Amino acid sequence: MRRTMGVAAASAAVVLVAGCGGGGPQSSGDGKLTGDKIVLGVLNDQSGVYSELSGKNSVTAVEMAIADFTAKYGDKAVTKDITVETADHQNKPDVANSKAQEMYDRKGVDLILDVPTSSAALKVADVAKEKKRLYFNIGAATTDLTGKSCNKYTFHYAYDTYMLANGTGKTTTEQIGKNWYILYPNYAFGQDMEKSFSTAITAAGGTVVGKDGAPFPNTSGDFSTFLLKAPNLNPKPDVLGTMQAGAELVNVVKQYNEFKLRDKGVDLAVGLMFLTDIHSLTPAALAGTTYTDAWYWNFDAKNREFADRFQQKAGTRPTFAHAANYSAALQYLEAVQAAGTDDADAVVKGLEGKTVEDVFLRNGKIRAEDHRVVHDAYLAQVKPQSEVTEPWDYVKVLKTIPAAEAFRAPSADCKL
Amino acid sequence: MTGFAQNTFNGLVSGAFYALLALGLAVIFGMLRVVNFAHGAFYMLGAFGAYVLLTEAGVPFWAALVIMPVGLGLLGMALERAVIHRLTKLDPLYNFLLTFGLTLILQDLVKLRYGVQSSPYATPSLLSGSVDFGLFDFPTYRVFILGFTVLLCVAVWWALTRTRIGMVVRAATERPDLTRAFGIDVGRWVTPVFGFGIGLAGLAGVLAAPMRAVNPLMGADLIIVVFAVVVIGGLGSIFGSVAAGFGIGLVQAWGESYLSNFPIVSQTIVFIVMAGVLLWRPAGLFGREEAPA
Repeated sequence: MRRTMGVAAASAAVVLVAGCGGGGPQSSGDGKLTGDKIVLGVLNDQSGVYSELSGKNSVTAVEMAIADFTAKYGDKAVTKDITVETADHQNKPDVANSKAQEMYDRKGVDLILDVPTSSAALKVADVAKEKKRLYFNIGAATTDLTGKSCNKYTFHYAYDTYMLANGTGKTTTEQIGKNWYILYPNYAFGQDMEKSFSTAITAAGGTVVGKDGAPFPNTSGDFSTFLLKAPNLNPKPDVLGTMQAGAELVNVVKQYNEFKLRDKGVDLAVGLMFLTDIHSLTPAALAGTTYTDAWYWNFDAKNREFADRFQQKAGTRPTFAHAANYSAALQYLEAVQAAGTDDADAVVKGLEGKTVEDVFLRNGKIRAEDHRVVHDAYLAQVKPQSEVTEPWDYVKVLKTIPAAEAFRAPSADCKL
Repeated sequence: MTGFAQNTFNGLVSGAFYALLALGLAVIFGMLRVVNFAHGAFYMLGAFGAYVLLTEAGVPFWAALVIMPVGLGLLGMALERAVIHRLTKLDPLYNFLLTFGLTLILQDLVKLRYGVQSSPYATPSLLSGSVDFGLFDFPTYRVFILGFTVLLCVAVWWALTRTRIGMVVRAATERPDLTRAFGIDVGRWVTPVFGFGIGLAGLAGVLAAPMRAVNPLMGADLIIVVFAVVVIGGLGSIFGSVAAGFGIGLVQAWGESYLSNFPIVSQTIVFIVMAGVLLWRPAGLFGREEAPA
């Protein structure tokens, strides 16, 4: 009797191990998945200021991940029934909150992706915690997602303010100039960026010789007061660091060029910039500007292959947010495949501490301590117009910032 | 001293945009008693039109500077005939709803076709240098805007005070009822005046394209300040709106440079000024209390 028990236990263990390691259950419909399917939710800005850098093209990226996953596993896939739900949060925290609840409760979404705009992102983190369902944030920058607002079900994927400041602030100080003048939009995001940048610049041996909070929103669209002040400060700054985003960034750069500050010895560094921003300003207007990029489409053959496939579907090159959405969806599906279930706790357990390599995550690791997804980042510089030989190929990567240096150490504020 | 002169100059350049937009709002309000909330949308269309003309038809800045104001002026006249003139006898709430709705429609049409990302527009090469004023140098394009706007304001002032049409417009702006009593057909002038006001907004938009972000929301951001300018100058006062436009540009530039340690003050300075002016002169600086009907 005891002997038969032992055999049964051993064979059960073998089956289980095979199940986990060998590609999961052979067929769906065995009750391992809620509703026998996986539903991915893309919650982002689909008509406002962030709709070009993520928006509907993030949905395209997620659909590519599903197609690649299905092609890889074929009949061995945990399920072939994988669908995408999308919603527009209009960058408003209250809308994001209700849309996230609707996605988890009524649309049966297993994982919410993207969610740009920090205030909206933090609301969705609360919903994920309450509903015990997964959430991979990609579009938002606040470090609070892995700091005081962290929780077991929330992962922060592509970038954050620390990564931007540490990359651009530190490297530009070392390589381009020690004295900085910082211009930031005077609200939560800008103030947070200003603090992170000042810390990084000082740590790298530089000095912030002046900083100003410009009105936000700047209704006059004019930044000339600040731009004229910059070259007249004592000591004269070598770098103007602008933390403005979107249309305000466009205004700052247009007027920076108008006043010919580069000719006056003041270089431009941008806190946060997407490929779509460079496209709308034209590389000519930004030539020589340095910034930190989480990923660049023409960095190597692997990225380019992805970018080509993406362009066929979306008609444009992917921003880092698009590539990160692809990667996040893919890694989630891999985790479900490995766990053989979409049970959130089991998937979280499989993700924690995992090292990952894919088209977006280079030397990637999903940190167990705070759920920060760390990976290589890049210091990039906009090419002069003469070196731009094909559309969208606007920057050169000056330096790879290794994953271990790119992101901050786990925060003591985070208690999962 | 150099810093002060530069800030003053910049304030006047910002003020030039306010003045152009406020001037259009003032004549429209005077003649039609319509507060045109769609004014910012026409400013945006001016800038966007210049961008579309350049990228899709190769039409340069200088031509756009004529085509867009005239084209938008005609569009404005058509809109006045089609919808706006039906409102003049109704509660002002209706004109708020109509012109606000018009703004949303125009913005969304542009969004639908061109997205929300800002579109590139380069400074015309003739104006891309800078002018040396001895103490400091200044971008040629800004010098051009200031000169052009001042000339335009002078021309409008001349037309209003020295021509017969101008006299009618002025009279009808200040006291439409009395003007009508003199046997002047005020109604005939309403449509062209509306078109003229819209044309000025379009012109401001074309001028803004090389130095401001060209996107569907650019007018919505600016128009709030322009309304404050019109109220400060005195609703319906043509001279008041231009003077207040330049004045507010200056106050903003000085506020940003000398009160930057008090961001709350420098960000709201326009509205602080507005509140102060209204306490002192409830009809605005150059406005007159309406005679009781």
